[in-house]
Amino acid sequence: MSELTLTVMRLGFLAVLWLFVIVAVQVIRSDLFGTRVTQRAGRAQPRQAPQQAAQQAPQRDRGRRASRGAPTKLVITEGSLTGTTVSLQGQTITLGRAHDSTIVLDDDYASSRHARIYPDQSGRWIVEDLGSTNGTYLDRTRLTTPQPLAPGTPIRIGKTVIELRK
Amino acid sequence: MSSSTHTSTISSGSLPSRRNTELLMLIFAVAIPIFAYINVGLAKEGTVPAGVFGYAAGLGCLAAVAHLVVRKFAPYADPLMLPLATLLNGMGLVLMWRLDLEPSLGSTKAAPTQLMWSTLGLALFVAVLVFLKDHRVLQRYTYISMMVALVLLIMPIVPGIGHSVYGARIWIQIPGVGTLQPGEFAKIVIAIFFAGYLMVKRDALALASRRFMGLYLPRGRDLGPILVIWAMSLMILVFETDLGTSLLFFGLFVIMLYVATERTSWIVFGLTLAIVGAVVVGSFEPHVHSRVEDWLDPMKTVRETGNADQPAQAMWAFGSGGVLGSGLGQGFSRLIGFAAKSDYIFATIGEELGLAGSMAIILVYGLLVQRGIRTALAARDPFGKLLAVGLAGALGLQVFVVIGGVTGLIPLTGQALPFIAQGGSSVIANWALVAILLRISDTARRPAPAPAPSPDAEMTQVVRTS
Repeated sequence: MSELTLTVMRLGFLAVLWLFVIVAVQVIRSDLFGTRVTQRAGRAQPRQAPQQAAQQAPQRDRGRRASRGAPTKLVITEGSLTGTTVSLQGQTITLGRAHDSTIVLDDDYASSRHARIYPDQSGRWIVEDLGSTNGTYLDRTRLTTPQPLAPGTPIRIGKTVIELRK
Repeated sequence: MSSSTHTSTISSGSLPSRRNTELLMLIFAVAIPIFAYINVGLAKEGTVPAGVFGYAAGLGCLAAVAHLVVRKFAPYADPLMLPLATLLNGMGLVLMWRLDLEPSLGSTKAAPTQLMWSTLGLALFVAVLVFLKDHRVLQRYTYISMMVALVLLIMPIVPGIGHSVYGARIWIQIPGVGTLQPGEFAKIVIAIFFAGYLMVKRDALALASRRFMGLYLPRGRDLGPILVIWAMSLMILVFETDLGTSLLFFGLFVIMLYVATERTSWIVFGLTLAIVGAVVVGSFEPHVHSRVEDWLDPMKTVRETGNADQPAQAMWAFGSGGVLGSGLGQGFSRLIGFAAKSDYIFATIGEELGLAGSMAIILVYGLLVQRGIRTALAARDPFGKLLAVGLAGALGLQVFVVIGGVTGLIPLTGQALPFIAQGGSSVIANWALVAILLRISDTARRPAPAPAPSPDAEMTQVVRTS
């Protein structure tokens, strides 16, 4: 076999091997661009178009970066769900016995939509009682208005105690 | 309640099943080894080899059967895993055949045996996809898997069935069939155990800890299991003198522990324990010690005796390959000697395909691992997530241990390069591993059924709007 043919085959083979790798990477591009962010809400929301979702994603990222050093998760320290954590990513966390709550409380003293925890414009986390029957307690005081929430302060709902952690 | 709409989940859009993409990639993946086969034939004998149609038909048939089974039994599975595995297996067969053409490596032909093992591996792949309808079934067998894994690991030490080859006791002898490496299968089984165990225990491991010097120290009773696994992997190392398997097991446990608990301290712990164990065993156990010596100074025997042994030959193979390689069939990897088809097969790739080809092969492994981790991200159940991470991690670790050993990054260990190196157990076990990953990815990518209407939600709405 002539030297030329072998050289061509040698380089050709490497090219084909790399072509395979590149095509394979093209196939998994859908991991990045074919995803859709759906909103889970109390009520059925119209599904967002992918473009809108793509616009939202960077905004959320920015919000997270701005609040470095801020609490990163919500930890349940007492009650039947002890040990559960919810990572905070700028989303509102709803607590209650309703099935669509972020944290579904299996607690006789909790209302179906009991309380919510959400970030305000400056990135502080606010806890708000949603007109529950038995009340939400921040440390020892019953909530009447939305209150800012400091890391480590226990929120008590029935038998469940929740804290913000860094 | 409009502000509560920020709660979001990320899902893949309306997922097409992507079986046709898989078919195209599969055709590509079969074509590349055939090209390699023709290339070797032209370089070694000057003609297109006579067996090319048989080889093409064989590989094509195997791939077609696998594809049809995936189409039927796992229609939403990942489109890339099967083509990637097929490419690696096909390249392995070509390299076997290419090294069979070297008379100095002995007259036993490895390629036909390897083809038989690949067929068996694909049969197991098909069986897993057909009979394992849901990977969550495996969760029920958490503790049985632990026992099975222990038995598989201990088997090579048991006198009578254990079988020692070149100083490593990792084979068992089955009369009439040949030898088998139970460690390869134990890898999958232990991943099932870790996934089931950590799924239950992860909260205790993650939360119950004290902070000390910036690290979260786990409680003593939670440390128990990791110490047991550590002791177990050291026992393997001492009694079977198999550095690779013990590294694989311990690494797998640390990876899965980290994924389950999100605690960096586990990685620090794991690495410390692994290094301490490896250093202690490496200095006292003679077989492992000689491997470490070879690794620290591969050229020692060349200086002292003038003859190069395997580590030195492997280094020279990589060096003479350069960037673009010598071309398939034109290298001198026969000089490596008896382990050229098994432990040192990557040196042949390095010499004949060069840096460019080795990188492509490593990337193919990387993509396979990436698909596994992507499957873990997409999986909805924690057991599936952990299992997918574990299996992908096992594959990645094994590739690292083998390629790292051959290229001189870490001491060489007796592990087989998945899908490529000679060895039946390895090929069969890895096909089963890919089948389980495909099953998890099928479950993960399958469109979710519409949620059942909840009577509660409607009542709540009435209250809210009033």
